[in-house]
Amino acid sequence: MSIRNYIVGAMATAMSVTTALPALAQTEITWWHAMGGQLGETVNEIAEKFNASQSDYKITPVFKGTYEETMTAGIAAFRGGEQPNVIQVFDAGAATLIGAKGAVIPAQTLMKDNGVPFDINDYISGVRYFYADTDGTMIGMPFNSSTPIMYYNEDALKKAGVTPPKTWEEFQSVTAPKLKAAGYVPLSQSHLPWIFTENFYSRHNLEFATMDNGYESGTPVMLLNQDPIKGHFAAVKEWLDNDLFAWYGTGWTDNQKPFNEGQVAMWLGSSGSFGGVKSAAKFPFNATYLPYWESLTKDPTQTFIGGAALFAMAGHSEDENKAVAEFFRFLTSPEVQYFWHKETGYVPITTAAYDLAKKDGYYKETPQAEVGIKQLSLPGGDWTKGYRLGFYVQIRDVMNREYGKIFAGEKTVDEAFETIEIESNKLLERFARSMGN
Amino acid sequence: MNKSQFRSPLYPYLLLLPQLSIVVIFFYWPAAEAIRSSFYLEDPFGFSSTFVGFDNFEDMVSRSDYVASARFTIIFSVLVTFFSLAAALLLAVTADRVIKGASTYKTLLMWVYAIAPPVAGLIGIMLFDNLVGPIAEFFRSFGWDFKLGVNRFDTAFAMITVSIWKQIPVNFIFFLSGLQGIPKSVQEAAAIDCASSTRRFWTITFPLLAPTGFFLLIINITYSLFDTFGVIDVVLKGEPGNNPVTLVYKVFLDGFRGGDLGGSSAQSVILMVLVLILTVFQFRLIERRVHYN
Repeated sequence: MSIRNYIVGAMATAMSVTTALPALAQTEITWWHAMGGQLGETVNEIAEKFNASQSDYKITPVFKGTYEETMTAGIAAFRGGEQPNVIQVFDAGAATLIGAKGAVIPAQTLMKDNGVPFDINDYISGVRYFYADTDGTMIGMPFNSSTPIMYYNEDALKKAGVTPPKTWEEFQSVTAPKLKAAGYVPLSQSHLPWIFTENFYSRHNLEFATMDNGYESGTPVMLLNQDPIKGHFAAVKEWLDNDLFAWYGTGWTDNQKPFNEGQVAMWLGSSGSFGGVKSAAKFPFNATYLPYWESLTKDPTQTFIGGAALFAMAGHSEDENKAVAEFFRFLTSPEVQYFWHKETGYVPITTAAYDLAKKDGYYKETPQAEVGIKQLSLPGGDWTKGYRLGFYVQIRDVMNREYGKIFAGEKTVDEAFETIEIESNKLLERFARSMGN
Repeated sequence: MNKSQFRSPLYPYLLLLPQLSIVVIFFYWPAAEAIRSSFYLEDPFGFSSTFVGFDNFEDMVSRSDYVASARFTIIFSVLVTFFSLAAALLLAVTADRVIKGASTYKTLLMWVYAIAPPVAGLIGIMLFDNLVGPIAEFFRSFGWDFKLGVNRFDTAFAMITVSIWKQIPVNFIFFLSGLQGIPKSVQEAAAIDCASSTRRFWTITFPLLAPTGFFLLIINITYSLFDTFGVIDVVLKGEPGNNPVTLVYKVFLDGFRGGDLGGSSAQSVILMVLVLILTVFQFRLIERRVHYN
């Protein structure tokens, strides 16, 4: 993996040296990302398109491994003064990057300072403020944004004589028992903290953490040891025990594979997984919104985005910053957004791009691809713009560990959530101290 | 008698300099840096750094997952060390006894050593995979519902088995050469005196193998503590969940994945102390009792 990158990187550098010679004024910038495989090829294509669209700037994308590896590499590079111009950082790492004052230049400021028009209202509502600061200034440019949705095997649902459930009540009383009777595992999901925790909170418009879900500076407290989420996990455990739900471990693909193979009838995954499911599934499938508990709300709200954003790292020359601003202008253009959306399944981040996709008739052929963006555009609430929590990778690890204990029967729901509450708040406190608060 | 001496007293130091600088740059400097940062709370970018004394250590021992992973590390190391040594010894003694086609057997057993460790780990884990692994399937035919990554015990079982499996060829080579170093005359004399081959093994062969065994013991403890990182990483696929992890893996999780530099430095300092104790133990206590000649 890494050797190939070095070779590709070295070749790219070698090529850039030879091609850069005639155009002396060309400014070169680097972009570290975590998009492997098919996604990485699409990233390279975007970079090539940008380089071909003008002659003043040249961007070189470099694949750095997983989200965590990319971020660690970026931090190490920053400390060594070798940081890339643009780095892709995932949702759970945003607080670390934004909290470190002086590591990044806010995308909004960068664009405005370099004469690139920017209006935050151009961005679709679910995406708009996720990577913003308390004042609503956009810091990270949302890049690959997705949201959890429910995929379902149309054959399986037809065979069981059910429709995709709108609510969890419907799921547990009607959908799941009938699917089970038809010989299917009714449900699986791929990310317990993201789908069953964070987005459980946004779908029901519940406060996730104090201090405005952590956006205000200070030491927030997570509101996890609460009845709604505990009730949800008690239900999930019951489904698990009654074979209405299956859990194949913490890994993403372990849970997606049984759906792709047709054993599991419904799978909660990312709207960005659309391409992968499409190429793997040998049955007609469709997608719909994440179910909600009717007992908790009559008006379910929009969900959070997942995925990652592009951050402009500080410490570069004005020319290079200008190049990054121009790249952001290119990236947010409706055509590029639509291309990215179509190739990968990630949602387009601007309304203009969404309109372009609609106008092009894309959703007529593939209605599944619209579910994510429609869910992100549902009415919002006080607690649906996102969250900003430090050491969040460890907090998710704590959740995964304790949820695993619930499912294994090692702990009761109450015990597990008490541990999650204590340990996650300890981590938040530690993070605040490490940031010098 | 001719006394050869360097003309300048500084000359020997000059010759040692390349080696010394490597040791200082790659070992002492990072170690000192780890000790320093274990007393600080620092954001990953290094913008703010606060001296917190022993807070990182206190925080570490008060966390339930740290204590759990320390406990697992002990069980893991004992099992991996014991079984990889025992299996290798058994194979070496058996291979040593073979008369016909001895070199073929030995070559075949040693061959495994040539497989790169990550590949070996990956193959091992594939055997335990829930969907395609033949071993997992084999267990299921016995009614053991083997679930890698879901059940703590099953995950630990796979980690330990693959770690043992990977280490056996190394131990085998050392044991076999140790066995071949035992003089034929001693073995023949023992064969005349004692008919039981088991007794001959425990009273003659085993004590004479002690230096090799002792060396391997230390090597294997170090292996199980530090070098099994790759196996654990392959099993967990980057998501620890409710699975057991060793202390070294935890340093990686907290430091690299989580960006908690102070906390993971404190953990690595504890590991350094552990290695120090192991070294002292090696030279002071055991080495004296091992019979070398």
